[in-house]
Amino acid sequence: MCLMKSGICEMATTSISIAETPLVALMLERADDALILGHRLSEWTGHAPMLEEELALANMGLDLIGQARELYTMAGIAEGCGHDEDQLAYLRDARQYRNLLLVEQPNGDFATTIARQFLYIAFADPWWRSTMASSHPTLAAIAAKAEKETAYHLRHSSEWLIRLGDGTEESHARAQAAIDALWPYTGELFEPGNPDLIAQRVCPDPPTMRVAWNRTVDAILAEATLTRPSADGILRGGRAGRHTEHLGHILTDLQYLQRSFPGATW
Amino acid sequence: MYTQGLNNHDATANDTSANSERFQARIDAEERIEANDWMPKAYRRLLIRQISQHAHSEIVGMLPEGNWITRAPSLRRKAALLAKVQDEGGHGLYLYAAAETLGVSREELVDQLLAGRAKYSSIFNYPTLSWADIGVIGWLVDGAAIMNQIPLCRCSNGPYARAMIRVCKEESFHQRQGYEITLTLARGTAEQKAMAQDALDRFWWPCLMMFGPPDSDSQHSDISIQWKVKRFSNDALRQKFVDATVPQAHLIGLEIPDPALRFDEATGHWVYGQIDWDEFRQVLAGDGPCNRDRLAARRKAHADGQWVREAAMAYAEKRRARPAKLAA
Ligand SMILES: [Fe+2]
Ligand SMILES: [Fe+2]
Repeated sequence: MCLMKSGICEMATTSISIAETPLVALMLERADDALILGHRLSEWTGHAPMLEEELALANMGLDLIGQARELYTMAGIAEGCGHDEDQLAYLRDARQYRNLLLVEQPNGDFATTIARQFLYIAFADPWWRSTMASSHPTLAAIAAKAEKETAYHLRHSSEWLIRLGDGTEESHARAQAAIDALWPYTGELFEPGNPDLIAQRVCPDPPTMRVAWNRTVDAILAEATLTRPSADGILRGGRAGRHTEHLGHILTDLQYLQRSFPGATW
Repeated sequence: MYTQGLNNHDATANDTSANSERFQARIDAEERIEANDWMPKAYRRLLIRQISQHAHSEIVGMLPEGNWITRAPSLRRKAALLAKVQDEGGHGLYLYAAAETLGVSREELVDQLLAGRAKYSSIFNYPTLSWADIGVIGWLVDGAAIMNQIPLCRCSNGPYARAMIRVCKEESFHQRQGYEITLTLARGTAEQKAMAQDALDRFWWPCLMMFGPPDSDSQHSDISIQWKVKRFSNDALRQKFVDATVPQAHLIGLEIPDPALRFDEATGHWVYGQIDWDEFRQVLAGDGPCNRDRLAARRKAHADGQWVREAAMAYAEKRRARPAKLAA
């Protein structure tokens, strides 16, 4: 907390408060998913297992950060308090972030990164495709662009999951361990949306994505010779701002300059 | 430069065989030497060494800038930096491919780097300590790279010259972006301006060292000039860089950390002070501030990726072994 009494300091370093209507909350959920996953992918820069993957991971990170920017901008407009993309990304604390727990999980080994990407994108790809028919024109436009990107992410992560699962004994074991470790976070993907937004056809209801997700996951796991965990994905809380311990560390990095130099322009 | 310290003196340059004469005649006629053309062994060696050092520099150079991607101060800056560092990886990829046309594999070259037998530009052995370093690196390091690489677009080796044409377009975008970051800081708060000045103070001299040892160090004419791999001497390029950069610094109110710097009306050049060549040699010898960290990071990425590359190969093998299932 800022102890200085000056108004400027208070405004610039403490978190902003958001007038979170259901529409604003929806935008923030999706923007936070994209930003946090994009941030995670960007952490690979300079450390990927091969040069081609260095470029592919950066590409996907850029797509996701791009999606986040559009969604934050749209959230700021919907909120009507003049918050821009950077204020929404840099001046909310962990309890105000609405992303899925899945996307904030650490990169781990390459199998973990691929499994995380796959489990999320197998949901996000059909969700965006369906959102292309949104009654909200801006969201429909964002969806049309995002869907093209997620279609590539799904292909990329599926191909790698298959390669790793059906590669060597070691890669198989690592891929299975990654799926097992991340599985508990998959239930949260299908948390029901706001009934009013669903009724107004702003976006599809996440539970209706389960069939498509199951179909993709089952097909790819089978081809990868991996076993689908039997347990349900029971860990959740991200949409309500109750995160794992990892998010605080992400935001510490992400928000460091904005929080250290209040009110500066970069 | 990215291939600094290559002043090449090779006896075989004076080879008088008919092949050599024809080769030199082609070079003198500004023809491009392509992968399947005859070339002296020493030319091939020189090119492999230069292109691979350049490729390694692109790859190692991803580390200091990558250090700030997660901490970039706005989403626009974050995306731009990630894209910039990705471009550098792409440059590494084209350059390894250009080297491969000379009959050496990427794996061999990477092994040389990891074993500490290959060099990369000394500049990447300096740490990035603040966000301003990202601006100053784009402005100065990519700016210095352009000075060197524009003439390389006319290099006698076809594959290298073509790689440079692609690379140069992106480097000049990086340079403008870096200057714009620095300018934003220089016009920002007092703290931001101090951050920009500090970054310039730390990077100025190492950037001048990027062009390699002074011309006075070499007693003989440089064979790479005769072969039109190199078009200008180290000092000539360094001077071009200083002349272009000093006014850019002044324009945004930053000071070049060189008390001896002065404009010489007679020659129209900025005259700069003494470069600390001991520091240069120390960094090249492996004892710069970050040499150990950079190499350790590359080795770790390579070692951590071993099982992934093995899995990809094993899977490709399996697919070849069962083509029928594939078609489904
Ligand atoms: Fe580059
Ligand atoms: Fe560059």
